[in-house]
Parts: sequence; C-alpha cells; structure tokens
Amino acid sequence: MLLELSGVTFGYTDRPPILCGADLTLAAGERLCVTGANGSGKSTLLRLIVGLIRPTAGTITAFGHPCLGEADFAKVRRRVGLVFQDPDDQLFCPTVAEDVAFGPLNLGQTRDKAMATVARVLAQLDLRHLQDRVTYQLSGGERRLVTLATVLAMNPEVLLLDEPTNALDADNQARLTDVLQALPHAMVIVSHDAAFRAALGNRALVLQNGQLSPVAQDPVKTV
Amino acid sequence: MSSVFPVSALGREGAGGLSATDPRLRIVTAAIFAVICVSLTSLIALLLALAGAVALAAGFNLPAGPTARRMAAMDGFILFLLISLPFTVPGAPLFTLWGLTASLEGLTLAMQIALKSNAVILSVMALVGTVSPVTLGSALHALHVPGALVHLLLFTTRYIGVLQDEYARLRLAMRARAFRPANTLHTYRSFGYLVGMMLIRALDRSDRIMEAMKCRGFDGRLHVMARFRLAYADWIFVGVIGLGLLALIGVEWWLRAA
Repeated sequence: MLLELSGVTFGYTDRPPILCGADLTLAAGERLCVTGANGSGKSTLLRLIVGLIRPTAGTITAFGHPCLGEADFAKVRRRVGLVFQDPDDQLFCPTVAEDVAFGPLNLGQTRDKAMATVARVLAQLDLRHLQDRVTYQLSGGERRLVTLATVLAMNPEVLLLDEPTNALDADNQARLTDVLQALPHAMVIVSHDAAFRAALGNRALVLQNGQLSPVAQDPVKTV
Repeated sequence: MSSVFPVSALGREGAGGLSATDPRLRIVTAAIFAVICVSLTSLIALLLALAGAVALAAGFNLPAGPTARRMAAMDGFILFLLISLPFTVPGAPLFTLWGLTASLEGLTLAMQIALKSNAVILSVMALVGTVSPVTLGSALHALHVPGALVHLLLFTTRYIGVLQDEYARLRLAMRARAFRPANTLHTYRSFGYLVGMMLIRALDRSDRIMEAMKCRGFDGRLHVMARFRLAYADWIFVGVIGLGLLALIGVEWWLRAA
C-alpha cells in the first residue's frame, strides 16, 4: 500500500471538524477519484497527506512508514507530488526552467543535473518551447502543464491533483487528460468534472460529513 | 490601467548594439560612472559625462521618446531646487529678477546638479534599465549581493503581476456594481476594504506559496540558475568605458589645476 489514512480527523479553529474519521488507501497503479461538495474537505485531505497540516486524530502511513513529525513528512513530500489548485501558488520562480529546477535542486542535484532534469521533463510533456518563458506570462493551460512538470521533476511515485481541470478550456483539458493517462503514477484526483474523472479514474470515493465512502466509478465516457 | 511592471520597457535584451554586454559588467559600470559623475565639479567634464551617457543610451538602443519622457519626470522632481538655487546661494551677483538677485555660484551649482543627475539617470537607464528583472536578479546574485535581497527582487518580479490582476479584478467587481469614486465616506471606506482585502489575499497567497515550496523540498536555501561569462566583446567594452572614465577624470584634474 502506498498511502494509508485511517480515522483521520481534522478541524480548523472555531469551526466544526471538517474531517472526522476519514479512511483512505492507495495502491500502486490506482487512480483514485475523490468527490464531494464545496468545502467538504477535499483540499484539506490532500494537504494532510503531505503533512502541510497535521490531523488531530488518526494515523497517516506512507510507503509503509507511519508519519508523525515534520521529518517524516519531509520524506513523504519527496515521493508524493501535490499539484495545487491555483498554478500561481506553485509557480513562483521568474522563468519556467528555474521553477522546474527548483525541486531537483532542493533534492541535491547539481545545476547541470537539474538542467538535464528540466529538459527531460519538459520534453516528456512536450513543453520544451516554454523553457525560458516568464511564468506569469503563460496562458492558463500552459501554467497547468508547467505545474505538473515542476512536480514530475521531483520524480514522485504518487501524484495528488487538486482540481487540475479548473479554468481549462476543452482543448487544454483534453491535452491534460492525455498527459495524465500516459503517466504510470498512482494518483489521487480531486475533481468536480465527471468526464475528466471517468477518463482517468479507476476507483472513486465520496467525501461526505467528514468521512470517505466508496461510490460507483463514473461510467466511462469518451471525452 | 496598463501594466505597472514593464518588462524591460526600454530596449530589449538581445536587441542589437551593446545589448549583449554582460549584465554584471553593466551594473558595475553604472555604479562606477555614478560615483565619478558625482565627484566631478567642472562644467566641461560634466558636459562630457552627459555626452558619454547619451552615447551609452544610443549604444543600448534606448528609444528617444520614452527615454526623454522619463528624464523629464525625474527633472520635474528637482526643478524647484534648480530654480531656487541661483537665488539662494550667496556670491557674485549675476542678474536681478523681481527684486531677487541670482549669484554666479548658485547658477553654477544648479547647472552642476542638473548635469550630474541627468548623466547618472541616463547611464543607469541605459546600462541597468535594459536588463530584464530576472537577469538583473541573477546578475546581482553573481555579484554577491545578499541572497535575501536578490530573492526579494525576484519574488516581487513574479508576484507584482498577480497582485495587479487581483486589484484589477476587485476594482472591476466594484465598478460592475456601479461604484464610482467620489469625495464621500462611502468611497474611502470602500477603498479601505479593497486595500484590506488585497492584504489578506496576499497573506493567504504567501502561505500557499510557502506550502507549495515545502512540497518541493524547500529547506530555506534558494538557488539561482543563471551563470555568466565575460565574452571577448565584454573586454572591449571594459577597455572603452575605462578609457572614457579616465578621460573624464583627466579633464576634471586638468581644469582644476589650470
């Protein structure tokens, strides 16, 4: 099992708990879709998995090791890549190349090695032409794919995607779907978009009243 | 509202001329030129310095119109000083206007200040203003400017556009609900809310950026990618600029001695 959450409870101060006793497992090769109403705690769930926030109760186990403190989660973040909902939060470097190189440099790669990683990942996503572009001048679709590249450059085993199709037009959405379908990674996909979930997911959970329960996978439609 | 952040609005990198000159060299040259300009006193040497700055502006392909407008904006700041100096500095009387006597010393001082400031500003616009903010940050890093300052510059470059968009969106939302600024308490309160909302959003965003950075293994150290190497043309640039600066100092020294 890659990820295992059991009985996870979390609440923001002054509000009723948003998750109470949520369970989730993710095995290799699974593309797990999570749905739920606005504010039901889907983004919170993803932030909990990589330890940006800590549960008040319950356990999080990643790659067979229980995660308790920052040191454990720092290791998890090297193997679990979170793609944020808003690309502007994630792309903070002036140029695309620097942003994609940020993770590899943090992992201790030399500059030359990091540049090679940048070239490899951008080529994989067919984004070589964006390498020297300024991040805030990218279009919405380009931004989304570049955020994916920044995460893939870390060579993660699991991808967590938070509303990846947000604000994408049909063409870009189809392109993103193709890109993700070609990836071997296990994924947790939070999305409101039924067609997108149907095209990618192979298991589905719904988040309701702070708990995750299985639902039938959306019928597969052609996107 | 157009972009408050023109990406090297004056001139473009790789636009021919001297534009390929190493940015580190340009920053250092601008600094040395400014120090020398400020120490000059002879009007002839200062005129030569201004001519040098104009030559640099031409070499770095500064467009004449926008450059002149920017210079005029800067001169506007010191205009009052320049006008009042001849009448306030005591010395040999030169002419009288409305009962006020202008002195030769005052006029000389005003001319010195005008020449110095214009020469320095023009040279900085030519040498540094044509470097894109990203390259400027990397060049400052290469010159061993503290990392915190460089990254402050780079983060500003990155997020000023996002903040501007946010401001534009909020402002548009206000206008969509028939908000028209007037000298009323309602206007001031609404603008207060606008600024407050932007601060809160900026704070929230900075939290999310920090989280995104942590997700990619950020440990407090930031890496700058660019590396620079001096090319053959850069050494010619150093030679020519060096000779020019020596000539300026020589003229100043010769005129003082005379």
